[in-house]
Amino acid sequence: MLTKRIIPCLDVKDGRVVKGVNFVGLRDAGDPVEAAEAYSDQGADELTFLDITASSDNRGIILDVVAKTAERVFMPLTVGGGVREIADIRNLLNAGADKVSINTAAVQNPEFVRKAAERFGSQCIVVAIDARRVPCSQPQAWEVYTHGGRKETGIDAIAWAQQMERLGCGEILLTSMDCDGTKDGYDIALTRAVSDAVEIPVIASGGVGNLEHIREGLVEGGASAALAASIFHFKEYTIAECKEYLQQRGVPARI
Amino acid sequence: MINVIDYEMGNLRSVEKAFERLGFEVRVSADPKDIETADKVVLPGVGAFRDCIHHFRDGGFVEPLLAHIDAGKPLLGICVGMQMLFDESEEFGRHQGLGLIPGKVVRFPSGMVENNERLKVPHMGWNNINIQQQSPLFVGTEDQSFVYFVHSYYCDAENHSDIAASCRYGDIDFCASLWRDNIMATQFHPEKSQAVGLNIFKNFGEL
Repeated sequence: MLTKRIIPCLDVKDGRVVKGVNFVGLRDAGDPVEAAEAYSDQGADELTFLDITASSDNRGIILDVVAKTAERVFMPLTVGGGVREIADIRNLLNAGADKVSINTAAVQNPEFVRKAAERFGSQCIVVAIDARRVPCSQPQAWEVYTHGGRKETGIDAIAWAQQMERLGCGEILLTSMDCDGTKDGYDIALTRAVSDAVEIPVIASGGVGNLEHIREGLVEGGASAALAASIFHFKEYTIAECKEYLQQRGVPARI
Repeated sequence: MINVIDYEMGNLRSVEKAFERLGFEVRVSADPKDIETADKVVLPGVGAFRDCIHHFRDGGFVEPLLAHIDAGKPLLGICVGMQMLFDESEEFGRHQGLGLIPGKVVRFPSGMVENNERLKVPHMGWNNINIQQQSPLFVGTEDQSFVYFVHSYYCDAENHSDIAASCRYGDIDFCASLWRDNIMATQFHPEKSQAVGLNIFKNFGEL
């Protein structure tokens, strides 16, 4: 049976993990390659690097990180952040990424998604959607934001997900801006609405504080995968504990 | 020498890295002549079948590959590299494959439901395989092992005897791995399947 995927996400700035990764056995909590290897050993199903390097001069550093990771970790690796041109995608894939996630560039030019999918295949094009609830909307609606959630677009998140699917993207990484960082759980209504609206897999993101939140996102939200950062980076839970929790509650997980 | 065929369809670095990590001599080559001097050949492939088979034919790889197989040397197809070994695919119209294995490549139906949940296409993620035959690739691999898949089309093999492992998605049992003499292939990605996948590459490298 196809299992639900658990995906730790590492924020990488200028080649270092920011916010740190705090688990046993790491010599250097800031080294993304070491962190990736540790997550692979723990049984993560995929890995995501989010490159938040501010200066475009330092963009080459992430390619080096990806290349070193691909030499040591044999699992799917997605890289997002600052992907704007076909050349960015080519460079990341050549370095060893399996998928790239596109956010702002898709909103600025939706045709970019079509071109990217035609050139590299749908399987490696992920569109990241940052969505925020529209206050007092009836029925409930969500708006797409760009630039790390700072800029509103006026675009309806559900229609946008469907448009991205039509243009050939292979997967949606859906982040709730309302929930992100709250530790109160995913926006289940948003996750369910998008998941039901598209045939491609949806990754739930933003708001995880405990393992029950992950179960909710996968079951009530209908997501194919759950992305989380801090609950895995610090103390709280290992990937293995997460998988056991899911399996005990009837959610298919790879153990 | 393991020769990974580079016909400009997809990222071959992880395939190369995986064989290197296991200590095998491996090269990624866009030159069809390099197939002649290789002991073993890997035929990868991502993206659409139509584009893959056209690039493969136009690149002049068909003859050397068939000669390699006729000489009894091992071939490993991966993903679309496996699909191309079949008679035909229905992805973006009908397209002829290499016709080495009887059967065709068809799309997962839309709207499959399991446990009240609509199944997504592509079939993406970790699924378990049912080993049907002890293919040389599966030495040391446990039945029901999890491997990583990403595909919207699957191989419908005509002969059960060609199927080394099957996998179930919704109500479809599809060919996850095939084996006929020196031809071996996987629909899943061994290079992304952690220890299980590396063991498959090791078995192939040691043939």
